[in-house]
Amino acid sequence: MHVRARFFASYRELVGASELEFEVPPGATVAEALSRLRARDGGFGRLPTSVAVAVNREYATPDRGLEEGDELALLPPVAGG
Amino acid sequence: MIRAEVVEDPIDPSVLLGLVGEDEDGAVLLFLGVVRDHNDGRPVRGLRYEAYVEMATEVLRAIADEAAGRLGTDRLVVLHRVGVLEIGDVSVGIAVSSPHRAEAFEASRHVIEEIKKRLPVWKEEEYADGNRDWVAGISPAPPPGGESP
Repeated sequence: MHVRARFFASYRELVGASELEFEVPPGATVAEALSRLRARDGGFGRLPTSVAVAVNREYATPDRGLEEGDELALLPPVAGG
Repeated sequence: MIRAEVVEDPIDPSVLLGLVGEDEDGAVLLFLGVVRDHNDGRPVRGLRYEAYVEMATEVLRAIADEAAGRLGTDRLVVLHRVGVLEIGDVSVGIAVSSPHRAEAFEASRHVIEEIKKRLPVWKEEEYADGNRDWVAGISPAPPPGGESP
């Protein structure tokens, strides 16, 4: 199934893309999807081992299951305000 | 009326104040987050805020709703600006009003502290020497038990 990853700020610069559609096995978790991303060529392997994520615009834990078409956002430490 | 928005245009404090305050309110409180000219001892020339706008809008609204619960009124406005800002520009504006001051201070404080902890916004500083860097932020934690299956 397909998942859409989004990258922001320093992570966007690290991987050189703001979004990417990629394939994960059906029923994959957030952690499994992140492993797939890190295995890609380029800057993906330099993503930190612990990354905050949101699934469909809500913060999610690594064991969260993904579904077809989910939006998986990788969020650097936040610095608003 | 609760308002919570991520905006690109400059934030006008007088507009914020005009959106709160009723006859029963004895306290009207305005908080402005402003771009300062230094950070960690380095002179700062300007900033750029980047946001995950769709999510930030939802998170900001959730924060505003929580704060309104503490405030006891629905007279709460919060705007967070994104894009390129200069020294002295307002990055965050919060206006609240309530019959008594304690609730107003508590609600306003809640909004700014939660923005710092969980709003998906990032800050890139441009220094006087021309270098740029992302400001080290706070790792947002998922709510306990929140989204797990």
